Amino acid sequence: MNDPYIVLAAILFTIGLVGFLIRRNALVIFMSVELMLNACNLVFISMSQVHGILDGQVAAFFVMVVAAAEVVVGLSIILMIYRSRRSTSVDNLTAMKH
Amino acid sequence: MTLLTLIPLEGGIFPPGLLTSITFWICAVFAIAGALGVVFFQKPIYSALSLALVMVSLAVLYASLNAPFLFAVQIIVYTGAVLMLFLFVVMLVGVDTHDSVTETLKGHRIAVTVAGLGTIALLVLAVGNAVTTEPVGLEEANASGNVQGLAELVFQRYVIAFEATAALLISAAVAAMVLAHPTRLKPKLDQTAMAERRMQAYAASGRHPGALPNSGVFARHNSIATPALLPDGTVAPDSVSAIIEERVSIPSAEELSAPHAEAVAAIAGGPGEIDADQIPAVERGHDHPGLSNPAEKEGDDHE
Amino acid sequence: MTLLETLDPVAATGAFAFAWLLIAIPAAIAALLLIAGKVTNGFGHFIATLAPFASFVLAVVYFADLLGADPSERAVELTLFTWISSGAWTLTAGLLIDPLSILFVLLITFVGGLIHIYSIGYMAHDPNRRRFFAYLNLFIAAMLILVLADSYLVLFIGWEGVGLASYLLISFWQERPSAATAGKKAFVVNRIGDLGLLMAIFSMLMLFGTTNFQAVDAGAELIPGHWATLIGFFLLLAACGKSAQVPLQSWLLDAMEGPTPVSALIHAATMVTAGVYLVVRSNALYAQTPTAQIAVALVGTVTLLAGAWIGCAKDDIKKVLAGSTMSQIGYMILAAGIGPAGYAFAIFHLLTHGFFKATMFLGAGSVMHGMNDDTDMRRFGALRKAMPITFVTFAVGYLAIIGFPFFSGFYSKDHIIEAAWANQPVLGVLALIGAGVTAFYMTRLMFMTFLGQARWKDGVHPHESPLSMGVPLIILAVGSFIGGMALNGWIGGWLADAVGAEAPEHASWLPHITVLGIITLLVVAAGVALGWYLFGRQEIPTTAPAGSILTKIGRHDLYADTVNEAIFMRPGVALANGVATLDDVAIDGAVNASGRLPGALGGRVKLLENGYVRTYGLTMVCGAVLVGLSLALSRLV
Repeated sequence: MNDPYIVLAAILFTIGLVGFLIRRNALVIFMSVELMLNACNLVFISMSQVHGILDGQVAAFFVMVVAAAEVVVGLSIILMIYRSRRSTSVDNLTAMKH
Repeated sequence: MTLLTLIPLEGGIFPPGLLTSITFWICAVFAIAGALGVVFFQKPIYSALSLALVMVSLAVLYASLNAPFLFAVQIIVYTGAVLMLFLFVVMLVGVDTHDSVTETLKGHRIAVTVAGLGTIALLVLAVGNAVTTEPVGLEEANASGNVQGLAELVFQRYVIAFEATAALLISAAVAAMVLAHPTRLKPKLDQTAMAERRMQAYAASGRHPGALPNSGVFARHNSIATPALLPDGTVAPDSVSAIIEERVSIPSAEELSAPHAEAVAAIAGGPGEIDADQIPAVERGHDHPGLSNPAEKEGDDHE
Repeated sequence: MTLLETLDPVAATGAFAFAWLLIAIPAAIAALLLIAGKVTNGFGHFIATLAPFASFVLAVVYFADLLGADPSERAVELTLFTWISSGAWTLTAGLLIDPLSILFVLLITFVGGLIHIYSIGYMAHDPNRRRFFAYLNLFIAAMLILVLADSYLVLFIGWEGVGLASYLLISFWQERPSAATAGKKAFVVNRIGDLGLLMAIFSMLMLFGTTNFQAVDAGAELIPGHWATLIGFFLLLAACGKSAQVPLQSWLLDAMEGPTPVSALIHAATMVTAGVYLVVRSNALYAQTPTAQIAVALVGTVTLLAGAWIGCAKDDIKKVLAGSTMSQIGYMILAAGIGPAGYAFAIFHLLTHGFFKATMFLGAGSVMHGMNDDTDMRRFGALRKAMPITFVTFAVGYLAIIGFPFFSGFYSKDHIIEAAWANQPVLGVLALIGAGVTAFYMTRLMFMTFLGQARWKDGVHPHESPLSMGVPLIILAVGSFIGGMALNGWIGGWLADAVGAEAPEHASWLPHITVLGIITLLVVAAGVALGWYLFGRQEIPTTAPAGSILTKIGRHDLYADTVNEAIFMRPGVALANGVATLDDVAIDGAVNASGRLPGALGGRVKLLENGYVRTYGLTMVCGAVLVGLSLALSRLV
């Protein structure tokens, strides 16, 4: 029997993953990452319910905190890139090319 | 102590668990729809709003999963703070941009499809079957309240991790400030420099170094969309902002001086009673010695 | 072979406890001159000259002590320290002073000291004089270690030290390519001899667990015969290398590139005598192996003839003398190969040779000094009047080497010929012929150099050398004259115990008149007469005539270098080239290919690095899926 919460989380995660892979706008990529993080949070919280202990919720809480920090830094980086390149497309950032 | 249990429906007319189930299915549909929206809307602003939908749906799910604290945090931190941050940035980088849908990398979409299918298959088949027991439920853990239970864990067992996140947040805040602060490429202009620049512009092109003319103030009109009139009856340039000129229709000099001319004619031509409206309305505009080009924005030139 | 009891050494007491000073003095002076550097430029050669004489004085004291001691107590052992202590082996380093070694010490320090004095004059204008004297002292110290060692292992230190010092001295004028090459040649050829000594030492360590002379002598009887033979041949190889015996003789003639005092030191007092010493010292081992003994005697005979041959053909005065050294050492090796009957004579001839060869080499140096460093005898002649002291002393050496009655060579060489005749008649006859040839080529040398017409090059004004060179010549000449008479009646008995030989029956300074002795004299006279007939009567051309085939062979050192080159050098070079080619093609090829392969692979793989973050992300996701899949599958299996 599949746990519906996990299936939902898996779907959300995969959608986030696909978004992360096919979108070129750095902002949308970021949102896709947030989507994946939220999918993980959902698993944490549903597992907390399954096991009857609160550690899963604590983990989700920490994920949120870290995600907030990550968003702050990531968005400021995107802003910097936008300032210098007038674009948020990650395909323009190919300095690591061979 | 689910929020939903506060509503005296459960155990009443509905069998236990049914409401939770209904909540799940509704929220699941919204969440997936929102997630698809995040990925497939071409405008980032729509993506961001779709994300808000996902987050709110998940928040409701959290509530139904006996996690009222995280329900609140999800709404306040994620939907409230993080998403607003996203929206700010979306606005900053241009709300009108929308991404091209053409894929430039050869074979990328097919590979992504395969990878996505692989991921979801793996997740559903491998992880989805991990739970084989009936949920224990959080009634016991939440006996003294969900927030209290979480606080117990966060401030006892996970206190070091908690302190570490504090440091992380501070660092992130500082980092954001450092990153967002642009490097000044040219020295900041002070008043002296600006005055010198004005005088040089005057010497070079005859541009007036003083303040721009006011808008016209007449008996009938005093909005900033009203141009001032020069002694010869023409409109004083620069008395109306260029932006206003773009957006609003500006009265011409004839229009402005027409009531005045009518009043003068009436006085000269007939015994008729002069209406209060007919009082000459045209005042003298300021007489400016020089004509100037449209206002040039003076200030910091950022890169 | 019943007379194998060698002396059991007694522990060193009294003055003997300081025997290490014999070595330490010259070694310390050498170190001082080399380390202190230019500070000692002004006086370094004087203290360096004092060093061998200080050792000589000490040696005289010990000699007197040994003379006064009971014949059974004439060996003193001084254990210095434990050198190697490893498992079952404890090897000590020590000194052994016995009748044999003290004679060597006296010879080395006395003749060496005289050569030092001579060098003061000879090297007066050399800018590197201090270095030269330091090397000389190093040479003396190394040679003293060699002869004073109480075991083969300690002997090996001296052996190598002598090799090093000879290398440094032969190539002393290192700015000359020929000198540098000669030094290298001496070093390399000596290495082959060293290999023999090392193999002998390894064999001894395996068989006896020690290399101490006493232990080896005592154990020699107990080892299997083939081992004794093997060690005998190893030691012979070592002796060949150091004493320039056929087939390792080629370095000696080239060694003439060194300054003449060095040649004198190498030929008279040190270096080449080491091989003779080694064979005599190993008498107990050779007593067990007639095969090796005959081989030693054969090598000696071949060398004495080969040396004489070369001596006949050369026009370079130093090379003639070098050939004669080969020849005389050949006599000694022959004597040593005869067995107990010959050991004492070998040493006897070594001592007398040390004097007369030093006389002649220093005399040759004096001649060169007067002739602007020319060595071509065809441009000498009539130097008798110009250099009277050199002429007279050289003549004494000449008479000594050809075996003129009452001169030192007369006694020592006659003994060897006699002993050889008694033991191996064929070798005796060959030695006799060698004596005649010696007389011939030395007469040739005398006529070409000191007598006849002057054939000097333009601008050469022969003059007598300074006193510092003349005095040593005179002292050595006196030694060459009286040495034979003084030692003849005594040395056999003195060495008898040390070398395991019976004391000779005739023990007097008077020559022992035998038929063989008279024949020898006649042969020598014939050689002298031939030399006079060919070179004394007629004008000597200043350029060498074509000469007979024998002369040509002799001029080319019997084609020894050609043979070495053909047998060892060319195959060696070919092998090295082959290995280098193999290295270049196969090994380098493999290594380079293994380097290029990742490069080529990288060239392909780098295309994945297209710079697009999304591609990197995709790769990462694919990897994660694969890992997850493999984990899941491993759970299923």
